[in-house]
Amino acid sequence: MKGFKIVVLAKQVPDTRNVGKDAMKEDGTVNRAVLPAIFNPEDLNALELALRIKDQNPGTEITILTMGPPRAAEIIREAMYRGADKGILITDKRFAGSDTLATSYAISQAVKKINDYDVVIAGRQAIDGDTAQVGPQVAEKLAIPQITYAEELVSINDQKIVIKRRLENGIEVVSCPMPVLITVHSSAPECRPRNAKHLMKFKYAKTALELEEASPIEASLVSERKYLNIQIWTVDDIQADVEWLGLSGSPTKVKNIENVILQAKESKVLTASDGDMNTLVKELIENHTIG
Amino acid sequence: MRNVFVYCELDDNSVADVSLELLTKGKSLAQRLNCKLEAILIGHNFNGIEKQVFKYGVDVIHIADDKRLSPYTTLPHASIVCKLLEENEPQVVLFGASSVGRDLAPRVASARKCGLTADCTSLEIGDHFVKKDNKEYKDLLYQIRPAFGGNIIATIINPDMHPQMATVREGVMKMEVFDENYKGVINRLDVSKYTNDFDFVIEIIERHIEKSKVNLKGASIIVAGGYGVGSKENFKLLYKLAEVLGGEVGGSRAAVDAGYLEHERQIGQTGVTVRPKLYIACGISGAVQHRVGMDKAAMVISINNDPHAPISNIADYNIVGDLAVVIPKLIKYYKENSK
Ligand SMILES: Cc1cc2nc3c(=O)[nH]c(=O)nc-3n(C[C@H](O)[C@H](O)[C@H](O)COP(=O)(O)OP(=O)(O)OC[C@H]3O[C@@H](n4cnc5c(N)ncnc54)[C@H](O)[C@@H]3O)c2cc1C
Repeated sequence: MKGFKIVVLAKQVPDTRNVGKDAMKEDGTVNRAVLPAIFNPEDLNALELALRIKDQNPGTEITILTMGPPRAAEIIREAMYRGADKGILITDKRFAGSDTLATSYAISQAVKKINDYDVVIAGRQAIDGDTAQVGPQVAEKLAIPQITYAEELVSINDQKIVIKRRLENGIEVVSCPMPVLITVHSSAPECRPRNAKHLMKFKYAKTALELEEASPIEASLVSERKYLNIQIWTVDDIQADVEWLGLSGSPTKVKNIENVILQAKESKVLTASDGDMNTLVKELIENHTIG
Repeated sequence: MRNVFVYCELDDNSVADVSLELLTKGKSLAQRLNCKLEAILIGHNFNGIEKQVFKYGVDVIHIADDKRLSPYTTLPHASIVCKLLEENEPQVVLFGASSVGRDLAPRVASARKCGLTADCTSLEIGDHFVKKDNKEYKDLLYQIRPAFGGNIIATIINPDMHPQMATVREGVMKMEVFDENYKGVINRLDVSKYTNDFDFVIEIIERHIEKSKVNLKGASIIVAGGYGVGSKENFKLLYKLAEVLGGEVGGSRAAVDAGYLEHERQIGQTGVTVRPKLYIACGISGAVQHRVGMDKAAMVISINNDPHAPISNIADYNIVGDLAVVIPKLIKYYKENSK
């Protein structure tokens, strides 16, 4: 058994779950700079699915692919600490302003460059948009089938993969030949934690950009050990047509952004006192809102 | 004529609510644009359900009927929709933001190289002027939705690469019959011309569909909890209040993300949209993505220990205090007063 070649798509996202008051600017918009950047949660579920395939099939190789700014190399290392074998960061200023269509074009070009793969696995959606579009769009551009909302790996062999899907009103078990793209739902098993052995092994994994600021010792380590190299691919490396990237490659445009100003309406302010609570409940019963 | 298309989802032997809501919206867009409304129905054994949709003002129904098209799988449905779009060049195409629509629409958008805006909370028609090129676009689809980054609503347009596609969650748009006697035409498709063998590589081995036990859409009283509830354990208090009032429990995405609540109970832009008689928001700050899902409630009571939380601006009653203290009192006084 030679194992499978898996590409996991992951995104570094602002932690939308912790937009505290300190992250809000005067005008009511979020100061992204102070938000912590995290591994998109469902992409961790995707990584776990890949790791389970690897557990069962020695020789499986997991490549983690992410598109983003240079600092997104952080999540590639995080994935390596948990069991991924190598990482590729697609980064280029010319990607800026890409909507999901342009993003999926860039990612699909990178997967085409990887060329040798059986399964592409991504999280269902990223928390900064919840659109769930990039997975199916990458599958279409690769001309391979898609299985969305995966919850469980039922089985995998040379011929096909069997996946249990979570739908809004039930479940479905489907089988599909490879290559295939799978998107993983948050109800799938959580990702395992970092492993001490992997952490030791990949601690100094770096991109060429990061190496420019690394100490000479670190730099020589990376040059000796090829696996510590996190590759950087640019527009030219993935042979992408710039027309289809960034703003020009994005059909959707933001026409305008409106700051919602909430006009405080007539409202009653109450305390938690017994008197206030009793009066409120009586009022609601009287006007037939409750009861 | 470039028309408005709606992909209709089938749900047992009827058209899904979200699709009927989109037909209603699609009709008003079509009237505004002076064009026709067309529906796409893909499945098997329709038994006349196509007749259910004419009354929403549908001028043309495209029907693809084949045993292999039901239940839904991505590839054949995508192939059929793509070919129909290629042949008819609609200006607007709408999909439900459901398990099916969110699987299908991006695949179609990628193949047709057009834009797709997810989870719109409003759709309008309007113009657009590009100063730089001195170019005027008439009658574009304004795809309106909250955007990440604060208290903001964005209007998205696709000026050049058409069709303009959008997904909308169930319950966001109203469902309204246009004319009981409305008559359109049926276009039956030759499925073999719209699909190929590769489209059928995915095999469904098992399928269990159950009607959801949670009925937020139909509830007249909703007790909703947010991150401020603090734990799954504490949510029991909200269930208790909902039980005595005869309501249903829902919550914010932060509560769902924290694992306090199942996803199907999420209220907001990427959850359910509700219009209850009474909405009790417990420990919810009132982010724009949450508000769009509940601001049509007839009455809102907020329980929050921060008197300046944004929710206070849309609440009719603001109870300033700890929900762990307030909720038991509400239960107590309700029991005393309702006797
Ligand atoms: C793409 C996208 C889609 C989204 N979709 C949705 C959606 O569909 N629905 C949704 O809800 N959100 C959605 N969000 C998230 C949204 O932006 C907010 O992060 C979320 O609604 C905040 O939830 P919350 O109010 O429960 O939490 P917080 O904002 O953390 O608020 C908690 C509140 O609890 C109060 N509190 C704390 N302790 C107590 C106590 N003991 N007693 C009383 N009050 C207390 C606090 O004062 C605070 O106001 C989305 C975000 C993005 C980026």
